[in-house]
Amino acid sequence: MPEKYHIKTQPVPPRRPRIGKHGVVDWREDCARCHNCVKKACVYDRYRQESDYIRQLSDVDALFFDCMGCFSCVQDCTKGLLCLSINPEYEKLGNSYWKPDIIKTTWLQAETAKIPVSGAGYRGPFSGHGFDSMWTDMSEIVRPTRDGIHGREYISTSVDIGRKPAFLSMEGSRMVSTLPPLVSIPMPLIIDLSSPLHTLPPLDHIIAKTATCTDLIAIMDSRYRPENEANLHNIAFYLGPDSRPVPKEILQKTRLVEIADSKTVCEQIKELKKQHPEIVVAVRVDLNASGISRAIDLADLEEIEVIHVVADPNGNEIGAEKPRFIKDMIRQIHTSLIERGTRDEVTLMAGGGIALPEHMAKAIICGTDLITINLPLMIALECHLCASCKPGMPCPARLETIDTAYGVGRMTNIIAAWHDQLIEVMGAMGMREVRRLRGDVGRAMFFENLEEETFGKLFGTKNRA
Amino acid sequence: MANFSEQKIELKDILPEKTLNTRVPQEGVDRSVKPAPSRYRNEIAKYIVHRDLNCARCGKCIEMCPHGVHVRQTGYKYFGEPSNYLCIGPSCEKTAHYCVAKCPQNALQIRENPMYKVLGDYRWTADLILATWKMAETGSVPAREYELNYETGNSGGGFDKLRFKFPAKPPVKLDPGQIDTSISLNKREDGRPKIKIDVPWYGGGMSFGSVSNVTQLSKARVAVAWNTFTCTGEGGFMERMRPYDDHVITQVATGLFGVREETIQRVPIVEFKYAQGAKPGLGGHLLGDKNTIYVSRMREAVVGISLFSPFPFHSVYSIEDHMKHIDWIKHVNRRTLISTKVSTPTDVDMVAVGSYSAGTHIVHIDGGYGGTGAAPDIAKKNIAMPIEYAIGKVHGFLRDEGVRDKVTLIASGGIRSAYDVAKAIALGADGVVIGTAEMVALGCVRCSRCESGRGCPRGIATTDPDLAKKMNIDWGTQRLINLYTAWRSVLVDILMRFGMRSVTELRGRTDLLMHLDYTKDVQA
Repeated sequence: MPEKYHIKTQPVPPRRPRIGKHGVVDWREDCARCHNCVKKACVYDRYRQESDYIRQLSDVDALFFDCMGCFSCVQDCTKGLLCLSINPEYEKLGNSYWKPDIIKTTWLQAETAKIPVSGAGYRGPFSGHGFDSMWTDMSEIVRPTRDGIHGREYISTSVDIGRKPAFLSMEGSRMVSTLPPLVSIPMPLIIDLSSPLHTLPPLDHIIAKTATCTDLIAIMDSRYRPENEANLHNIAFYLGPDSRPVPKEILQKTRLVEIADSKTVCEQIKELKKQHPEIVVAVRVDLNASGISRAIDLADLEEIEVIHVVADPNGNEIGAEKPRFIKDMIRQIHTSLIERGTRDEVTLMAGGGIALPEHMAKAIICGTDLITINLPLMIALECHLCASCKPGMPCPARLETIDTAYGVGRMTNIIAAWHDQLIEVMGAMGMREVRRLRGDVGRAMFFENLEEETFGKLFGTKNRA
Repeated sequence: MANFSEQKIELKDILPEKTLNTRVPQEGVDRSVKPAPSRYRNEIAKYIVHRDLNCARCGKCIEMCPHGVHVRQTGYKYFGEPSNYLCIGPSCEKTAHYCVAKCPQNALQIRENPMYKVLGDYRWTADLILATWKMAETGSVPAREYELNYETGNSGGGFDKLRFKFPAKPPVKLDPGQIDTSISLNKREDGRPKIKIDVPWYGGGMSFGSVSNVTQLSKARVAVAWNTFTCTGEGGFMERMRPYDDHVITQVATGLFGVREETIQRVPIVEFKYAQGAKPGLGGHLLGDKNTIYVSRMREAVVGISLFSPFPFHSVYSIEDHMKHIDWIKHVNRRTLISTKVSTPTDVDMVAVGSYSAGTHIVHIDGGYGGTGAAPDIAKKNIAMPIEYAIGKVHGFLRDEGVRDKVTLIASGGIRSAYDVAKAIALGADGVVIGTAEMVALGCVRCSRCESGRGCPRGIATTDPDLAKKMNIDWGTQRLINLYTAWRSVLVDILMRFGMRSVTELRGRTDLLMHLDYTKDVQA
């Protein structure tokens, strides 16, 4: 039996006090001091923990909010003194796309490496924007196309990055085609460049080490040099227009490199291949007004192996007044490449707006081979996405003082949790290989299609968005 | 050999001797409504009545308020805490008994309760939770002046966007007593019992282990009272359920936990659980914390170990395999009906027809937005389609295949109110299964903590003996009886407005529905 991909994890508690969703407001002045105080009966013993916490309080801005929101104490208090409220700190987390719920679940996964499980059913809106407007399919009793059931341990999440020839030429039993290099990674995920806001020296090492621990690849600035040369195996340098070149002897120890899109990409690729023929080169294309057409055109060039399309951090088309979402842009690129007959020859990576593990599965269904992320890893380090990362401004997550074990542990945990959840979703779909999931929209159901098939038939044309 | 297609065959002719021996005298439960107030001291309210120090304790507010908000016990000088949850809020301003305006000392104020924002979510709004509590307490829908929307949630799609197109006047004038809300669960002519239930819904599967004994017994007793069913879920069921066996559905799922010949023989309906809407394709999962000594004994498992019922049945890769399963159960219990519970993938319609051809009596489709037990968050939201889409798809396909009237279609997964029941039926279901609504009636606040540690802090979905003591069976039963009564009254009202004598007339009447996003004559 081949060795299975397994990410070693261990719990990594947060450095900062947890920011829970609920807090209890206590109007103590009217307390009857009764002997059956509901605080003692808290199922989660939160009041006692809070007292202990406050006694050891060393940091004045550290508030304790870890109430589970069960209302039991509120409803049982003799004098009705307790009031449950939403923690205002919680509501401040993230932004309109990276909602507090996303931040909270990411923190939980970074701590435990476990799949979030809860009871009482789904609590959210019927559908929503972007990835929330599609559902993955599952395999019921009979599904002739399904891979069969082999247990989750048999589900492969590995992907190949590079150019794949459309056909092989043979002379007799001898293959005459030259096979381009391929990079295989065990999960369809690459750690993307950090945003300038998060570019801190200690983080670079943590990201590189996380890539090594998870056997994935991290795209790093060309100036970065890992502490251990062995880590170069898991690093892809980014060569932008102003980047410092990577010395040949360093480059030769890497497998993948990324260059910024330009008119001279083909020449740049040839130059890189001269230095290191076995390297795979990805071209980074911003998904702005011309991003989709540029990505499609690039695939026609025989030098192009990998196209990395990147939307803004919220998954939107860059600089557009009415932006398209990453999911739709991936579908458009994927479909166009199929029409042009070039889809199977290039690898497509997509980033921007991938916030949850289901986004990974859904983006792949829409047509990308693998996804790239960075912000979820920063959130794993307890980042609030407060966007106040300026010199001199206090960082609520204290990212500048982060230690390696904590950072690597939390990032590894989140990647492990995402991997497990990808397997869950693939298991439900009856899929055995993530490579087969790419562009398989038959494994998904889209809101607009279901609405049309169900309500459109009954009620005519939709007259409101 | 018995010919099951002959209608003259009596039950005793086809029951094996062993099946008869397992039966005990069945208990009845009175379905009349009795008050079942909250078991908590402070019911959560939409509005708060604040009495300040200017109060002269004249008691005028007590005299005026018809809702009983103001309380002063006999012999006491001071008022008790107002019963805020009875206050109808600002809508009272228009009345002659608005205590704030009439207080001679201006000592009263009514404010929105800040906690109201904390309660509920998109699917189960605070209004819906409070309205369900009121129905469970009183057996009636909340009076209009409470302004509690008990018809829809706030999810922005599906049932929450569907409305009935009621005629200005009912085409036929009917009395509530003339309305029949019963449905048949066996539409096959196969000699098995023609089971009818008095309301077009029954209780969903919640296993011994996932909920407390009190919860399970309360669910069973309301099923007896309303001549419907409760489902044990997977994991066996207690000896204490024996007096209610005639109203119990037991499940056979992949883990086969608690599945024994004896448990199959006890019940009139056996359900194959192929998938659950909340976690389609992932199987069942009882976390180790809830696997207590009693649960482990029932499931013949090791205490404290997480128990998985892995997806799928390895013995079922085709409809023919499914048929063998059904034949097995039909052979073990010659009087039982078979229900097949599946999730809602793209091909749910073909699965439904396949199940029918395999011999099932009930096709139970479970959409993704319901569920009461532990489920990975990624599954709840993202796998398989919402039930609103699946009902019409399955109903239409069964009809097109000419078998619609030979199988009962039951929908579940997000049925929160009597309006949802009616909408599901209008979309094409015969009836529905409910789960969360029952839990809410018992006092659930949907904190989603039912899966871990000691389980539900409200004592509903727990196996912790101390927490389970928070509720007793009589109270639990009465709350559910009251809820069922209120729901039925809403359903009867809907049918009366359409001039329908039976709920079966509503099935598939999509022409009576409109969708706020599609209908031009509707203002959202």
